[in-house]
Amino acid sequence: MLYVTQTALELGFLYALVAMALFVSYRILDIADLTTDGCFVLGAAVSVTCAAAGHPVLGVFAAMLAGSVAGFVTAFLQTRLGVPSILAGIVTNIGLYTVNLMAMGWRSNLSILKQDTIFTMFRDLVAFLETKVESAIGFVAGLFGAELVFSDSSVIGNWYKTFLVAAVTVLMGVLVLIFLRTRLGLSVRATGDNRDMVRASSINPTFTITVGLCIANALTALSGAMVGQYQKTIDINGGTGIVVIGLACLIIGETVLGRRTVTKGVIAVIVGSIIYRLIYAIVLYTKVVPVDCLKLLTAVIVGLAIAAPTIKNWFLFQRRKAFARRKGGC
Amino acid sequence: MLKINNISKTFNPGTVNEKKALENVSLHLLPGDFVTIVGSNGAGKSTLFNAIAGAFFADEGSIVLAGENITFKPEHKRSREMGRLFQDPMRGTAPNMTIEENLALAYLRTAKHQNAFFSRITKKDRDFFRERLALLDMGLEDRMKQPVGLLSGGQRQALTLMMATMVPPKVLLLDEHTAALDPATAEKVLAITQDVVARNKITTLMVTHNMKNALSLGNRTIMMDSGRIVFDTRDEERAGLTVDALLEKFRQGAGKALDNDRILLSD
Repeated sequence: MLYVTQTALELGFLYALVAMALFVSYRILDIADLTTDGCFVLGAAVSVTCAAAGHPVLGVFAAMLAGSVAGFVTAFLQTRLGVPSILAGIVTNIGLYTVNLMAMGWRSNLSILKQDTIFTMFRDLVAFLETKVESAIGFVAGLFGAELVFSDSSVIGNWYKTFLVAAVTVLMGVLVLIFLRTRLGLSVRATGDNRDMVRASSINPTFTITVGLCIANALTALSGAMVGQYQKTIDINGGTGIVVIGLACLIIGETVLGRRTVTKGVIAVIVGSIIYRLIYAIVLYTKVVPVDCLKLLTAVIVGLAIAAPTIKNWFLFQRRKAFARRKGGC
Repeated sequence: MLKINNISKTFNPGTVNEKKALENVSLHLLPGDFVTIVGSNGAGKSTLFNAIAGAFFADEGSIVLAGENITFKPEHKRSREMGRLFQDPMRGTAPNMTIEENLALAYLRTAKHQNAFFSRITKKDRDFFRERLALLDMGLEDRMKQPVGLLSGGQRQALTLMMATMVPPKVLLLDEHTAALDPATAEKVLAITQDVVARNKITTLMVTHNMKNALSLGNRTIMMDSGRIVFDTRDEERAGLTVDALLEKFRQGAGKALDNDRILLSD
């Protein structure tokens, strides 16, 4: 059960980056960016290919760069060429399928077995630092004539993956928040809030939309990059439905935490993503639903999550009607 | 200051919906001119403003602002030197952002901030915003961390006015900016407008449907009909005019009586 929880936490943090990307594009910019599915696989493809060639860290940064290029293409289509925003995303998404195949060396799936990933590198780094610290403490203790024995296992043990994904996700959250408070970030927010006002404030909406979509897709690709190296294998269809899951996480988080400020919004996507993965894990663990029905289950969870406010209002209204009827009158 | 030379604009050319919104309109504003504009429904007042602000490019003619030809300059670049207020108080501010953040955006217009993408709101900016908000006398200086969406229409319009004039623009465009407010608030926003414009000597164009305001505010009045300027009066000549005389002038210029129902119904 602990293992299940740990995996859920890790996946929660990993996919929180997609939800964060949707927070930037869907909530802040008010654009439904459907580049997400393809962009996620793009990130995974680039990062796993780089890792297979022995450059896992470079792979992560290359993936973010590739993601922001995908975002730029979508932004270019809608701002310069007048393609409606949803279509722009779909068009880029389809194009990315071929690009992703290319990035994976024209194969439909790719695995890394023995090569280093950012996770094994992080594990080794922690172990290395630990031996250094231990020998330093041992040396100081030796000065006082004490003999210390340290265990071989690492303090964080099997939790190193959890630490790394949490650190990266939280770091990205902080960076996004810092960005949204700069003047450029304020311009991006205003673009989604009131476009008339933006033009009247000498801000170029074309530019702010491009910046926003580049950032959002870099985040999506980062998520893909981390997931790819985490699972050590990727499939060309691995991104199907990611945008829906991301939206579900966003909405679950906002239902729990509210969405008044951007700080709350960013925390909400992380919390929402973890809650989503926990629900998922529980359902799988208890086998309430057969494993074959995963996508249907996702659709049901997402549908319910998005419909929650409407359903709640409907129940409140029914109760009010019933109450009025009991009081008499009609 | 602002020279509009023979601009024309036709919407939906070549279709049954063809509409000549502006026909050879020429207008020269001197520095510090405060011009009020009145006209019938669909006379082209808002179209004129859109042409000046750059929401679309005029089909013919040219626009020169302070010696610079801005005919083909895009809207977001023109707005560096222009302030604009709309009739709808919701259009000028971003509702989900705080008062402070809205002000910071407006402050972007200054040249020294233009390229500072990653700068943040400093304590100095905040003090400056507070000081300016206090001038509005609406208590907004104590609500700087609240989203603008919580403010009333009048407060939002006053805030927009402040944002548009914080860095004095070369031209200020006011498109019936008090029309959607209740009379008392409209009065107050109008007073703030006069004060700000007079203090910074901003060249201003104001569309209004209130004939009394049209004559009492500013130093010049123009009347528009069917995409043309039909009457233009300023200074001493204008000082001697009454509302009835103005309506008569309109009838002579346009060849028909003024049919703007809001003008006729306003007192």
